[in-house]
Amino acid sequence: MSGTNRIKGKGRLTPARTVRFTFDGKALTAIEGDTLASALIANGIHLTGRSYKYHRPRGMLSAGPEEPNALIDISRDAARRTPNVRATVQEVFDGMRAKSQNRWPSLAFDVGGINNFASPLFAAGFYYKTFMWPKAAWKRVYEPIIRAAAGLGVSPSEPDPDHYANHYVHCDVLVIGGGAAGLTAALAAAHAGAQVILCDEQPETGGAFHHDTDASIDGVPGWEWAQSVTAELRAMSNVKVLSRTTAFGYQAQNHVALVERVTEHLSNPDAALPRERLWQVRAKQVVIATGAIERHMVFANNDRPGIMLASAARTFLNHFGVAVGAKVGVYTACDSAWAAAFDLKQAGVSVPAIVDVRMDPDPALVARARELGIEVLAGQSVLDTSGKLRVKSMKVGRASGGSRRDIAIDALIMSAGWTPSVHMYSQSRGKVVWDEPSQRFLPGRHVQDCASVGACTGVDDLADAIAGAAKAGHAAARAAGAKAGKAWSAPKSATAASWAGSMMGSAGGAGAETSVKAFVDFQNDVTAKDIRLAVREGMHSIEHVKRFTTNGMATDQGKTSNIHGLAIAAEMLGKPLPQVGLTTFRAPYTPVTFGAIVNHSRGSLFDPTRCTPMHGWEDAHGAVFEDVGQWKRAWYYPRPGEDMHQAVNRECRTVRDVAGMFDASTLGKIEVVGPDAAEFLNLMYTNSWDKLEPGRCKYGIMLREDGFIYDDGVVGRIAEDRFHVTTTTGGAPRVMHHMEDYLQTEFPHLRVWLTSTTEQWAVIAIQGPKAREIIAPLVEGIDLSNEAMPHMSVREGRICGVPTRLFRMSFTGETGYEVNVPADYGEAVWKALWARAEPMGACAYGTETMHVLRAEKGYIIVGQDTDGTVTPDDAGLNWAVAKKKPDFVGIRGMKRPDLLAPGRKQLVGLLTRDPNIVLEEGAQVVADPNQSLPMTMIGHVTSSYWSENCGRSIAMGVVAGGRSLKGTTLYVPMPERTIEIEVTDAVFIDKEGVRLNG
Amino acid sequence: MAKSAQAVRTEPLAGRVSGSAGVQVTPAAAAVRVSLRADPENAKALSKALGLELPLKPKTTAGSLPGRLVAWLGPDEWLIIDETGDPLSDLRKAKVLHSAVDVSHRNTAILVSGKGARATLESGCPQNLGDAVFPVGAASRTVMGKIEVVIIRTADTEYRVECWRSFSTYAFDFLSESAKDCLA
Repeated sequence: MSGTNRIKGKGRLTPARTVRFTFDGKALTAIEGDTLASALIANGIHLTGRSYKYHRPRGMLSAGPEEPNALIDISRDAARRTPNVRATVQEVFDGMRAKSQNRWPSLAFDVGGINNFASPLFAAGFYYKTFMWPKAAWKRVYEPIIRAAAGLGVSPSEPDPDHYANHYVHCDVLVIGGGAAGLTAALAAAHAGAQVILCDEQPETGGAFHHDTDASIDGVPGWEWAQSVTAELRAMSNVKVLSRTTAFGYQAQNHVALVERVTEHLSNPDAALPRERLWQVRAKQVVIATGAIERHMVFANNDRPGIMLASAARTFLNHFGVAVGAKVGVYTACDSAWAAAFDLKQAGVSVPAIVDVRMDPDPALVARARELGIEVLAGQSVLDTSGKLRVKSMKVGRASGGSRRDIAIDALIMSAGWTPSVHMYSQSRGKVVWDEPSQRFLPGRHVQDCASVGACTGVDDLADAIAGAAKAGHAAARAAGAKAGKAWSAPKSATAASWAGSMMGSAGGAGAETSVKAFVDFQNDVTAKDIRLAVREGMHSIEHVKRFTTNGMATDQGKTSNIHGLAIAAEMLGKPLPQVGLTTFRAPYTPVTFGAIVNHSRGSLFDPTRCTPMHGWEDAHGAVFEDVGQWKRAWYYPRPGEDMHQAVNRECRTVRDVAGMFDASTLGKIEVVGPDAAEFLNLMYTNSWDKLEPGRCKYGIMLREDGFIYDDGVVGRIAEDRFHVTTTTGGAPRVMHHMEDYLQTEFPHLRVWLTSTTEQWAVIAIQGPKAREIIAPLVEGIDLSNEAMPHMSVREGRICGVPTRLFRMSFTGETGYEVNVPADYGEAVWKALWARAEPMGACAYGTETMHVLRAEKGYIIVGQDTDGTVTPDDAGLNWAVAKKKPDFVGIRGMKRPDLLAPGRKQLVGLLTRDPNIVLEEGAQVVADPNQSLPMTMIGHVTSSYWSENCGRSIAMGVVAGGRSLKGTTLYVPMPERTIEIEVTDAVFIDKEGVRLNG
Repeated sequence: MAKSAQAVRTEPLAGRVSGSAGVQVTPAAAAVRVSLRADPENAKALSKALGLELPLKPKTTAGSLPGRLVAWLGPDEWLIIDETGDPLSDLRKAKVLHSAVDVSHRNTAILVSGKGARATLESGCPQNLGDAVFPVGAASRTVMGKIEVVIIRTADTEYRVECWRSFSTYAFDFLSESAKDCLA
């Protein structure tokens, strides 16, 4: 038996297909197609959790995605556990484990329930007022306690084992919502020849026909019509129907994000299936058919389990075959609750009374009620309810006074009317407009290529909704350019019962004169009283009221509460409702998992990891890698027993004594080709390139417009019209863009083209006294002699039988070559070179050794020794600035008075008096260590290393007027001691450059 | 100078195979690639040198592999891919102003084929790859996941994804992950 509250013959599920699940450990049976909500109610369970703030017992309010209350922890296994799942959306699958939340030690007896009795303490703005002082307590005491107590579910602690999929799709017409209007629009658009996507958040389309069994279209019951139309759509090759798919974000230019729940309802999902699919739809036209959401009545103690929306009770009955109670009270301001009452009564449920706040409800409804034997209490209110864990009775009477009586019930259904669901419209940046006659906010002008149809536009009549949707669907197809298509006529007739009548704000007995708990926002535990308090305390804008009370700020986005909250605030302010305004709707419409959003971008796909062609060899030879942007670069190669320091010392010594091999492939490379190539470089660099002959290279500095150093690198001239430019590793993409930007916008007259060749070339630097001897036997067609190929030259030839651009250059101060070979040959050439280098006693070295060796020579690293405020002169690189060029990027910037003023920070060497002390990079430099705090800082350390070759520490730094301070003593104050330093030249080894030219 | 042994070529995705029931993901064969830049006014002379008409319409290609394929990437930019010939030396014959840069090793390519090929690409590429706007022979420089790629539709259910060498592991892994839900 799948629950004692099933009514034989009711509902659309197949009773024989049962599934088992547990709720708080208790084994229960459901029917396939049940939501957790319908299954629990079938089993007589209304109490599903405790509320957020007051820990009040709560149950299902709705039967759909708007559910604020019934948030459950759902799990399949230890790793697949999801908190805060709406019981009204989650379908039951065999083996599902459901657990109530926010209760301790048990759901029925919850210690936190004390908050309910202490509720006067927890009024709106309670946190803001209470935790103001002492200030220090906020961080240590208040915030941790509030954080621990806040939130409903507990987030999962294990890594998510599921995978998710993403699909970018394009279509002519996207229809959001598969109710009568959405289906009609989709059908019209599809028959007009458009490519259509229809998404609907429920397992089955049909929208309101889930509960409304009175409606019929062309003589067919609404539900059956919806299913047959859906089958027709599914059979069309130009239509994609996505069920269990929620449109949750409407972005710019008709980019709509949908999430499809693929396996959430399956007992044993195929491991190949993604848990969820994110559909990123780019639609030429969007039809919004999101329907309307019923509001609850705001009255005292309207939150007890068993009190729910009338449409929910009707859905549970008509769709799931479940009676929400045995004795159901009705409290309404809207006709649609009457229909629910009639359905329940006819299904054999006792309905003691319909309480309608309206003085004179539709006589036809009243007559029908009498006919069914239901007592009608017009012009009356439900003034209070009783029942601890489930509603037991309702107190009925006139709000103005007079006799009252308690009516025993075990469920109470209610309706304050329907709120058009304008979330998607509002997200599309449309502004809602107040419709005075119907007292509703409705879509106004559509600012994107979209249209709204059906109940979300305030259309109450089914025939009107269908006619409008058919027109809009057809128009959307035409606007999207669809031409083909066949004749199709919209349904001719449609009839449905009235949904007229509504009220906003608090009902009788819960007005400003009372202090009852009449809930407006169930999820955030906001009462009518809280909203009044917010207004009394000076919050006059709805945006302030919302933030002060948190009304509508929970994950349900105020689907049931916004309008009530607004009406109560407006009443308090004595202003018409539209003048108080509606808060903005934002994505997501309903909660979306992190998994769907993150999608593929986790683990190794979180960000690309770039490896050089020699990475495998480096890894096999014990390299430790460092991250440089997305690149993995060999940092150092420790031998067994060596720490980083020892490895780097050995590598530094070996390069200067013998030779070393370094992977420089990550350097940015740009091929600059064209008759005006030299002229272009003249404009991009401070240097002059006219006189550089083919076969020679030069170190270049590139500035930004403001005169500060942007990048540097060696540029080789391959031919009269062809340069091989290198950039820093980190600067490669931005330098390319910088150059392309100037070429296209400032210098479009130049006949020159730029091509990134960073990845075309693997680059092997061979540095050290034996560099030439290592490469010589492998090189063909290039004279390597010092005379034929001096320092700073480039030749094309072959190495190991493959083409090479061989640079003679050095970033170490040693004789050096940089062997460029097409990338796929990099590993083989490296191995061939290593086979020669290793027996000679050379080593492979990493970026750390490269840093030390260049610092020993005083070569700067842009971004380390410069920080975007360093000019060529500051860096001591004035020699690289052409004096006679009329123009280059940064020339005007360099002439700014503050860049020419004396006292600028200049790059100098900094040697500690104690050679064993290695300064900290970033440490501040002062002239007088005894001055009072805060000290005047005149510079800082930019590079600092232990230099094994110098037998002491070395450092570079920028110091105000540094070059004129050479020989003087300055100080680096550190927490534990003050370090004495001497300002020196920044070249620490081979000042004459003998080794370079060897 | 002693003649040394010829260095062997190590392609970045050598030996990798992936895919699912509806799609195969495999590394493409090695090819010569040239980045050609020129004023479209000179297209005629360059076409003559190359032996095929340089495409001048956005998102189009000329020729086919394993011979020579040229993809339009921009108003003055083409990507030439050739698995058999030598487009660089052919271009040297053209006397008109242009820039030809060898990018054979800068790029590598992944072939995505099968009924689920399009859905696999649509997992990471926001561009419209539908028949109407991206028919066989179409090509586009675009993004896939977090990287830049050139997608060329070589047949009804076959695409070639060109990416830079160091991004190829990411590209291959991304396509392998996408292939799991190729909707075929």
